[in-house]
Amino acid sequence: MSGIEQLPGWAALPVALLLVLGATIILVGALGLLRLRTFYQRIHGPAIAVTLGAGCLLLASMVYFTVAQSRLVIHEIIIAVFILLTAPVVAMTLMRAAVYRDLRARRGDVGATEGGVYSLSEDEAGEPPKS
Amino acid sequence: METLLELAIGYALVCVLAAMVLCALRLLIGPSAHDRVLALDTLWMCGMLLAIVLGVRFGTQVYFEVAILVALVGFVSTLALAKFLMRGEVIE
Repeated sequence: MSGIEQLPGWAALPVALLLVLGATIILVGALGLLRLRTFYQRIHGPAIAVTLGAGCLLLASMVYFTVAQSRLVIHEIIIAVFILLTAPVVAMTLMRAAVYRDLRARRGDVGATEGGVYSLSEDEAGEPPKS
Repeated sequence: METLLELAIGYALVCVLAAMVLCALRLLIGPSAHDRVLALDTLWMCGMLLAIVLGVRFGTQVYFEVAILVALVGFVSTLALAKFLMRGEVIE
Protein backbone atom coordinates (compact mmCIF):
# COMPACT_ATOMS: atom_id res chain seq x y z
CA MET A 1 0.00 0.00 0.00
CA SER A 2 2.86 2.36 0.66
CA GLY A 3 6.48 2.32 -0.30
CA ILE A 4 9.49 4.10 1.06
CA GLU A 5 9.33 6.66 -1.73
CA GLN A 6 6.13 8.15 -0.30
CA LEU A 7 7.65 8.96 3.07
CA PRO A 8 8.27 12.65 3.75
CA GLY A 9 11.78 13.74 4.58
CA TRP A 10 11.16 14.81 8.14
CA ALA A 11 10.03 11.29 8.95
CA ALA A 12 12.68 9.49 6.88
CA LEU A 13 15.48 11.00 8.94
CA PRO A 14 14.52 9.60 12.38
CA VAL A 15 13.57 6.27 10.84
CA ALA A 16 16.97 6.03 9.14
CA LEU A 17 18.78 7.08 12.32
CA LEU A 18 16.92 4.54 14.44
CA LEU A 19 17.57 1.79 11.88
CA VAL A 20 21.30 2.53 11.76
CA LEU A 21 21.57 2.79 15.54
CA GLY A 22 19.66 -0.41 16.21
CA ALA A 23 21.54 -2.42 13.59
CA THR A 24 24.89 -1.22 14.92
CA ILE A 25 23.94 -2.16 18.49
CA ILE A 26 22.85 -5.61 17.33
CA LEU A 27 26.12 -6.11 15.45
CA VAL A 28 28.10 -5.08 18.54
CA GLY A 29 26.11 -7.53 20.68
CA ALA A 30 26.72 -10.41 18.26
CA LEU A 31 30.41 -9.48 18.09
CA GLY A 32 30.54 -9.65 21.88
CA LEU A 33 28.86 -13.06 21.73
CA LEU A 34 31.63 -14.25 19.43
CA ARG A 35 34.69 -12.57 20.89
CA LEU A 36 34.35 -12.55 24.68
CA ARG A 37 36.19 -15.26 26.59
CA THR A 38 33.94 -16.99 29.11
CA PHE A 39 30.25 -17.82 28.95
CA TYR A 40 29.39 -15.47 31.81
CA GLN A 41 30.85 -12.58 29.83
CA ARG A 42 29.33 -13.71 26.55
CA ILE A 43 25.76 -13.68 27.83
CA HIS A 44 25.85 -9.90 28.28
CA GLY A 45 25.89 -9.36 24.52
CA PRO A 46 22.48 -10.90 23.75
CA ALA A 47 20.96 -10.00 27.10
CA ILE A 48 21.62 -6.26 26.95
CA ALA A 49 22.79 -5.16 23.51
CA VAL A 50 20.38 -7.15 21.42
CA THR A 51 17.45 -6.09 23.60
CA LEU A 52 18.39 -2.42 23.12
CA GLY A 53 18.88 -2.88 19.36
CA ALA A 54 15.54 -4.64 19.05
CA GLY A 55 13.92 -1.70 20.85
CA CYS A 56 15.48 0.75 18.38
CA LEU A 57 14.40 -1.26 15.33
CA LEU A 58 10.86 -1.68 16.64
CA LEU A 59 10.65 2.06 17.32
CA ALA A 60 11.82 2.71 13.74
CA SER A 61 9.13 0.37 12.43
CA MET A 62 6.50 2.10 14.55
CA VAL A 63 7.47 5.59 13.32
CA TYR A 64 7.64 4.39 9.72
CA PHE A 65 4.22 2.75 9.61
CA THR A 66 2.59 5.57 11.58
CA VAL A 67 3.75 8.18 9.06
CA ALA A 68 3.35 6.00 5.95
CA GLN A 69 -0.23 4.99 6.72
CA SER A 70 -1.30 8.30 8.33
CA ARG A 71 -2.69 6.55 11.38
CA LEU A 72 -1.38 5.38 14.71
CA VAL A 73 0.37 2.04 14.21
CA ILE A 74 1.82 0.92 17.53
CA HIS A 75 1.29 -2.82 17.52
CA GLU A 76 5.05 -3.32 17.52
CA ILE A 77 4.73 -2.49 21.22
CA ILE A 78 3.53 -6.09 21.64
CA ILE A 79 6.89 -7.42 20.46
CA ALA A 80 8.78 -4.79 22.47
CA VAL A 81 6.97 -5.71 25.72
CA PHE A 82 7.43 -9.38 24.93
CA ILE A 83 11.18 -8.93 24.47
CA LEU A 84 11.47 -6.79 27.60
CA LEU A 85 9.68 -9.51 29.58
CA THR A 86 11.38 -12.56 28.13
CA ALA A 87 15.00 -11.50 27.60
CA PRO A 88 15.84 -11.38 31.35
CA VAL A 89 14.03 -14.69 31.86
CA VAL A 90 16.05 -16.36 29.11
CA ALA A 91 19.32 -14.87 30.39
CA MET A 92 18.63 -15.90 33.97
CA THR A 93 17.60 -19.43 33.05
CA LEU A 94 20.64 -19.93 30.85
CA MET A 95 22.94 -18.56 33.53
CA ARG A 96 21.44 -20.84 36.16
CA ALA A 97 21.88 -23.79 33.82
CA ALA A 98 25.49 -22.79 33.23
CA VAL A 99 26.16 -22.43 36.97
CA TYR A 100 24.61 -25.85 37.67
CA ARG A 101 26.58 -27.48 34.89
CA ASP A 102 29.85 -25.88 36.01
CA LEU A 103 29.23 -26.91 39.61
CA ARG A 104 28.34 -30.44 38.56
CA ALA A 105 31.47 -30.66 36.43
CA ARG A 106 33.56 -29.35 39.37
CA ARG A 107 35.06 -26.61 37.27
CA GLY A 108 36.40 -24.17 39.81
CA ASP A 109 38.22 -21.90 37.44
CA VAL A 110 35.49 -20.23 35.38
CA GLY A 111 32.95 -17.47 35.77
CA ALA A 112 30.64 -17.69 38.75
CA THR A 113 32.73 -20.33 40.47
CA GLU A 114 35.87 -18.24 40.16
CA GLY A 115 37.47 -17.30 43.46
CA GLY A 116 35.53 -19.89 45.42
CA VAL A 117 32.41 -17.76 45.87
CA TYR A 118 30.11 -20.63 45.00
CA SER A 119 32.66 -23.33 45.57
CA LEU A 120 31.22 -26.71 46.45
CA SER A 121 33.89 -28.12 48.71
CA GLU A 122 33.64 -31.70 49.88
CA ASP A 123 32.94 -31.03 53.56
CA GLU A 124 30.23 -28.40 52.93
CA ALA A 125 28.24 -30.20 50.28
CA GLY A 126 25.08 -31.69 51.65
CA GLU A 127 25.69 -30.58 55.20
CA PRO A 128 22.59 -29.14 56.86
CA PRO A 129 22.89 -25.57 58.12
CA LYS A 130 23.61 -25.16 61.78
CA SER A 131 20.84 -23.51 63.72
CA MET B 1 15.61 11.72 1.19
CA GLU B 2 14.37 8.29 0.22
CA THR B 3 17.87 7.36 -0.85
CA LEU B 4 18.96 8.00 2.74
CA LEU B 5 16.25 5.67 3.99
CA GLU B 6 17.22 3.07 1.40
CA LEU B 7 20.84 3.31 2.48
CA ALA B 8 19.84 2.96 6.14
CA ILE B 9 17.66 -0.07 5.38
CA GLY B 10 20.48 -1.69 3.41
CA TYR B 11 22.92 -1.03 6.24
CA ALA B 12 20.49 -2.47 8.78
CA LEU B 13 19.98 -5.60 6.65
CA VAL B 14 23.74 -6.09 6.27
CA CYS B 15 24.32 -5.58 10.01
CA VAL B 16 21.58 -7.99 11.09
CA LEU B 17 22.77 -10.61 8.60
CA ALA B 18 26.37 -10.20 9.83
CA ALA B 19 25.10 -10.63 13.40
CA MET B 20 23.34 -13.83 12.32
CA VAL B 21 26.59 -15.07 10.76
CA LEU B 22 28.48 -14.35 14.00
CA CYS B 23 25.82 -16.20 16.00
CA ALA B 24 26.08 -19.15 13.62
CA LEU B 25 29.86 -19.17 14.11
CA ARG B 26 29.42 -19.24 17.89
CA LEU B 27 26.81 -21.99 17.41
CA LEU B 28 29.39 -24.05 15.49
CA ILE B 29 32.47 -23.47 17.64
CA GLY B 30 30.79 -23.06 21.03
CA PRO B 31 32.81 -25.02 23.55
CA SER B 32 29.91 -25.94 25.83
CA ALA B 33 26.24 -26.74 25.37
CA HIS B 34 24.92 -23.58 27.01
CA ASP B 35 27.06 -21.53 24.63
CA ARG B 36 25.26 -23.16 21.75
CA VAL B 37 21.85 -22.55 23.30
CA LEU B 38 22.72 -18.89 23.85
CA ALA B 39 23.87 -18.55 20.24
CA LEU B 40 20.66 -20.20 19.04
CA ASP B 41 18.57 -17.79 21.12
CA THR B 42 20.44 -14.82 19.65
CA LEU B 43 19.95 -16.30 16.19
CA TRP B 44 16.18 -16.45 16.75
CA MET B 45 16.21 -12.84 17.95
CA CYS B 46 18.20 -11.69 14.92
CA GLY B 47 15.82 -13.54 12.59
CA MET B 48 12.90 -11.71 14.22
CA LEU B 49 14.68 -8.36 13.72
CA LEU B 50 15.39 -9.31 10.10
CA ALA B 51 11.64 -9.75 9.60
CA ILE B 52 11.05 -6.30 11.16
CA VAL B 53 13.58 -4.63 8.84
CA LEU B 54 12.13 -6.43 5.80
CA GLY B 55 8.70 -5.17 6.84
CA VAL B 56 10.02 -1.60 6.78
CA ARG B 57 11.70 -2.27 3.43
CA PHE B 58 8.62 -3.60 1.64
CA GLY B 59 6.06 -1.56 3.56
CA THR B 60 3.71 -4.39 4.49
CA GLN B 61 2.37 -5.51 7.84
CA VAL B 62 2.72 -9.22 7.01
CA TYR B 63 6.25 -9.36 8.39
CA PHE B 64 5.00 -8.20 11.78
CA GLU B 65 3.10 -11.45 12.24
CA VAL B 66 6.17 -13.39 11.12
CA ALA B 67 8.17 -11.52 13.75
CA ILE B 68 5.63 -12.30 16.50
CA LEU B 69 5.64 -16.01 15.61
CA VAL B 70 9.45 -16.15 15.48
CA ALA B 71 9.75 -14.39 18.85
CA LEU B 72 7.25 -16.74 20.52
CA VAL B 73 8.75 -19.95 19.14
CA GLY B 74 12.29 -18.77 19.91
CA PHE B 75 11.45 -17.95 23.52
CA VAL B 76 9.71 -21.25 24.17
CA SER B 77 12.42 -23.33 22.52
CA THR B 78 15.19 -21.53 24.37
CA LEU B 79 13.43 -21.99 27.68
CA ALA B 80 12.91 -25.71 27.00
CA LEU B 81 16.55 -26.16 26.01
CA ALA B 82 17.78 -24.30 29.10
CA LYS B 83 15.53 -26.41 31.31
CA PHE B 84 16.88 -29.53 29.67
CA LEU B 85 20.43 -28.36 30.25
CA MET B 86 19.76 -27.69 33.92
CA ARG B 87 18.08 -30.91 34.98
CA GLY B 88 18.23 -33.27 32.05
CA GLU B 89 14.49 -33.21 31.46
CA VAL B 90 12.06 -30.55 30.32
CA ILE B 91 8.93 -31.36 32.33
CA GLU B 92 9.56 -32.77 35.75
